[in-house]
Amino acid sequence: MSLSKITRGSLAATLVVALAIPVIQSSPASAAGRDFSKVTSASQAGGIAGLEAECKKEGQLNVIALPLYWANYGDMIDGFKKKYGVKIDEANPEGSSQEEIDAAVTNKGTKRSPDVFDLGLAVAVKYLNTGTYAPYKVRTWNNLQGAAKVDPSAQFTPNYTGTMTIGYSGTLGTITKLDDLLDPKFKGKIALNGDPLGSSAAMNGIYMINKALGGTFDDVSKGVAFFAKLKAAGNFINVNPTEATIASGQTPVVIDNGYLQAGVVKNFAKIGKVWKMYTPASVGSTYNSAISAWAPHPACARLWMEYTLGETGAEVWAVGGATPTLWVHLLKTKRATGVAIASIGKSKIVAEAATSAQTAAARAYLKTAWPAAVGTN
Amino acid sequence: MTQLQYKRTGSASGRTGSRYWRSKSAYLGALPFLLFTGVFLLYPTWNVISGAFEDNYGVASTAELKKVFNSPIARGAFGNSLELSIKTAIIGAILGGLFAWAIATGKQGGTFYKISVALSSVLAQFGGVMLVFAFLATFGFNGLVLTFATQFLPTTFLADASWLYSMNGLAVLYTFFQIPLMVLVFLPTLENLQPQWREASDALGGKYYEYWLRVGIPILTPSFAGAALLLFVNSFSAYATASILINLADFLTPLQIATALTSETGGSNPAEAKVLSFYMVIIVVIAMTLYALLRRNVSKWEQRR
Repeated sequence: MSLSKITRGSLAATLVVALAIPVIQSSPASAAGRDFSKVTSASQAGGIAGLEAECKKEGQLNVIALPLYWANYGDMIDGFKKKYGVKIDEANPEGSSQEEIDAAVTNKGTKRSPDVFDLGLAVAVKYLNTGTYAPYKVRTWNNLQGAAKVDPSAQFTPNYTGTMTIGYSGTLGTITKLDDLLDPKFKGKIALNGDPLGSSAAMNGIYMINKALGGTFDDVSKGVAFFAKLKAAGNFINVNPTEATIASGQTPVVIDNGYLQAGVVKNFAKIGKVWKMYTPASVGSTYNSAISAWAPHPACARLWMEYTLGETGAEVWAVGGATPTLWVHLLKTKRATGVAIASIGKSKIVAEAATSAQTAAARAYLKTAWPAAVGTN
Repeated sequence: MTQLQYKRTGSASGRTGSRYWRSKSAYLGALPFLLFTGVFLLYPTWNVISGAFEDNYGVASTAELKKVFNSPIARGAFGNSLELSIKTAIIGAILGGLFAWAIATGKQGGTFYKISVALSSVLAQFGGVMLVFAFLATFGFNGLVLTFATQFLPTTFLADASWLYSMNGLAVLYTFFQIPLMVLVFLPTLENLQPQWREASDALGGKYYEYWLRVGIPILTPSFAGAALLLFVNSFSAYATASILINLADFLTPLQIATALTSETGGSNPAEAKVLSFYMVIIVVIAMTLYALLRRNVSKWEQRR
């Protein structure tokens, strides 16, 4: 799958370079003489109405790496389309954060370049102050948990937090403690979403187990040791779980983000099956929204930010199992809906997350420790 | 207008003109192909090779080349990739060769022949997520065979699926598309073995084994070795199958390249990816050069007959 992704990337690159298609960027200056690509808040844009009017003229929004099953992005995209009547071009839904940035750089100056990003913290921080993002403060900015702390310049804005969890098929009984996973009935059944060197979900899975065993973000050795035990017992398999392996029961226990597992619960319910979740320790990671500095549709990009980071978007994310950064504010002001509360609960404590420096250190350690713990041969 | 027409016909029917234009128009026909390979093969390859001698900021540097060359992890992945490719090329070539032989000795154009060739064409492309899924559902810990075997054959290897999740399991998966590819590549050569050669050998008093030793095997060897090299390259560059079955970032070089390109945990390093690809290109170039040399021998006797 990813090979085709890589080829597709280079196809796009080569096409642009080799054929040198001259694409003229849409004139950013509107009739009112306002340059929407420089606008840093809705009030500068003539309010939401101003953004909406200009976005309708632009007619399209380019998003990238948003799988429809991920944090309920399917509903998010449909909702935006319906409300504003603009087309949304979805590129490379299975892409990674890094690929989002790469696509923007490669397609710079063309109509195909992504307008908005949805980035993991490590990548978001990496491109801070490099001219990759267009700073923009959404109207809810002051109420977004951690926004002022993570990036006061509002080049990127924390949007939702995924809490790690262990999802498992209801046929396996009920897991009440971590050591249950060592039981022989879990032989060949436990999978982790990715390798920690590449996947943030896998890294957070290790953090979660590590924290449950009393470890810290600075030292993940306890978590790694537990995975080594699982592997030695034959319970951990190195298979990368996909929708198909979960649906068919080839990976009946999956350590992954809660907002992905929420989708599994929904799908399982449809066919009369049960998918349960067990969260031994609260560890999460917060994603970040940002507008590309080279957004071909600057008004739509800003309107998307307002939509997703506002109350409507928060509701959509919450229903999909992701905790929006607006959540605490919604709870405090009693604006959270019943459906959303049923989905993610009423906790006002945000899941703990590692800093990018801690992740870098953990990654260096895992480079040799991880294959030693769970490698084959 | 008339002048123009005159000119045109003049050049086309002129002494050298005719041949000149015909040779040029032949190139014109090949233009889409040349453009295609240029855009999708040569340019990306050039991009990889030139990128291998640069750092992430486009400054000429051999630091990454040296770093990767001396990295025990990169070497381990490269070793695994080579081991897997050699294993599956040899197994695929032998089994696929035998299968091709069985097809060739059967009635050409018969039902068995047609089905085998059609099946091979399809299965040679069977890989990635679908292939892994098929094997997991059949032989995996939660698959069909295991569920059956734990009840009826609890002491056999069928009742323990752990073999599937290892290098050997991956090798079995790879041979699943290697064997049909071998059939497709090797079958034409087998069909070129003329019955007259066998008759000539028999008429001169040659024994069965002598025919194979002195005629069959010498004629088939270059083609067989060439096909094996093709299989080697095929599995050396395979990615999707391994990425699903063995979820380890540094297990094989293609997996390592993907991690270097897409890491979400701060390991993204395009220069490293290009260097790794460059080393892979070297191996593939060596293998394909050998293949071309072997093919030259093959086409020699194919033309002579």
